[in-house]
Amino acid sequence: MADLEDLYREIILDHYRSPRNRGELPAPPAQRVEGFNPLCGDEIVLTLLIDDGRVSDIKIAGTGCSISQSSASLMSAAVKGKSLDEVRQLIGTFKSMMSIHEATLADEADGAPVEPEPVDVRSLGELAALQGVVKFPVRIKCATLSWNTLVQALNEAEPQLA
Amino acid sequence: MALNEMTGALDTELVRKDFPLLARSVHDRPIVYLDSAASSLQPSAVLRAMEEYYEAHHANVHRGVYATAEEATNLYEGARVDVGRFIGAPDPGREVIFTKNATEAINLVARTWGATNLGAGDVVVLSEMEHHANIVPWLMLAESTGIELRYLPVDIDGRLDLTGLDAALDGAKLLSVTAMSNVLGTINPVGLLAERAHAAGALILVDGAQSVPHVTVDVRALDIDFLAFSAHKMLGPTGIGVLWSRANILEDLPPFLGGGGMILDVRLDRFLAAEPPQRFEAGTPPIAEAVGLGAAVRYLEATGMERIRAHELALSRYTLESLAERLGEDCVVFGPPAGEDRGGVFSLAFRDVHAHDLAQVLDQFAVCVRPGHHCAKPLMRKLGVSATARASLGLYNDRHDVDVLIEGLAEAGRLFA
Repeated sequence: MADLEDLYREIILDHYRSPRNRGELPAPPAQRVEGFNPLCGDEIVLTLLIDDGRVSDIKIAGTGCSISQSSASLMSAAVKGKSLDEVRQLIGTFKSMMSIHEATLADEADGAPVEPEPVDVRSLGELAALQGVVKFPVRIKCATLSWNTLVQALNEAEPQLA
Repeated sequence: MALNEMTGALDTELVRKDFPLLARSVHDRPIVYLDSAASSLQPSAVLRAMEEYYEAHHANVHRGVYATAEEATNLYEGARVDVGRFIGAPDPGREVIFTKNATEAINLVARTWGATNLGAGDVVVLSEMEHHANIVPWLMLAESTGIELRYLPVDIDGRLDLTGLDAALDGAKLLSVTAMSNVLGTINPVGLLAERAHAAGALILVDGAQSVPHVTVDVRALDIDFLAFSAHKMLGPTGIGVLWSRANILEDLPPFLGGGGMILDVRLDRFLAAEPPQRFEAGTPPIAEAVGLGAAVRYLEATGMERIRAHELALSRYTLESLAERLGEDCVVFGPPAGEDRGGVFSLAFRDVHAHDLAQVLDQFAVCVRPGHHCAKPLMRKLGVSATARASLGLYNDRHDVDVLIEGLAEAGRLFA
């Protein structure tokens, strides 16, 4: 079961069992966005407070599998207190890590293999534990659900800040 | 025929030899296929029939006069007769309509019978255990016509609560229910429902997607008005399903899709529709798939639906007993206890391990189960879960399959301890 242990690393199981930043912030003033994975029924409610160009608070509610829940918990811990620019950069790095597999497949289909951009996994800290997910393509959507919801929340929040 | 010479019962070891996919290994383990409620496997006889059709008889149906065109037409219409005989249809040549799947069959009824017989305030009765395929077409019709939907509730054991049946049917035009739940395995008393629906002046549509492959379904004995089912859940190929209805109902219905094959005459400003079933089969139909479905029906008949049911009922008992014995309270199975009113569908919750994670661990044991809401979100809300892991049986499953399932669940328990 070597593959399984690569997927279900200790950090992931820890965040699944004891999710960080669990709950909902009062909205407004918080930005509130819901995300769904219609394939497996995972649901996430993300509430986000932006203060002075920084994510001053974030909370996650909803239900889902260990991968979607731990990814949301890891994400909330990683973005809390960060500037919006840093958050956007982190989202980009995380998504490249998650899309390595898909990108490679797409390139092979084109017949023109292109080396995917190298991802500096070290910059991801604990989030690097989710690396094992790319070996299980069906689960990538679980890992990216909270991140896509975060992108939506930022997109909705930023015009209001301008 | 895959029967035990001594007892006449199903010999699973022989049956399994008929299904080539069961010879596969996944992650270096022999495959354990427990997802027949989503789609069954196909026996060689079905695959051979389709291959032979393409290799020796392929042509478009109902048009050519050359030899193979006639052969193709005869094979296609022969499949209609096979299907009709299998479900006890009095007049297969006029009553069996080939669709894309059970979903399209139900949509066909909503769009033709529903659109012409139902208006604002008319009542259609459904149940809380319906698949989305038997909810959404009626919600869509409600949006366009203002019909009212009522739902028969599901009780704590996962059976239909029929105490309010007559009240729900009061003034209703249609009762549309599943014969067997794809989540709970509950087998509903269709004959009784038909009787009460008719007494109230309503017609009854039965979603047979889960029941037709596993129990004897006879449209005459049940006295129903519409039956929808899919080939790929009954050992046939994907891409074809069936709507059966009474000839006198079908005769009065407008066409569903427009195109070739469904007309008697076309002018620039009007058309004359063909008789049923051609009226509802616009365009080139799934011919090879019909041939495959015909072969699947003959395989089921030769094996015997009573034997299949007896085998699956015994294996259902073994599954429920083994899960309880070996996993105890860690494992919750939704739906009624094993018995005559339960099919081999087991929606599982294992401790607090999410269904998706269970299915992932089980995959490492080459066990194929389905995690998720099973296209029955209203029922899942009622059960208070967002997802379950569903294991479902077919005639080719045996006790070993169930044992590996339990082994995998135990491993998930260890991993998520």
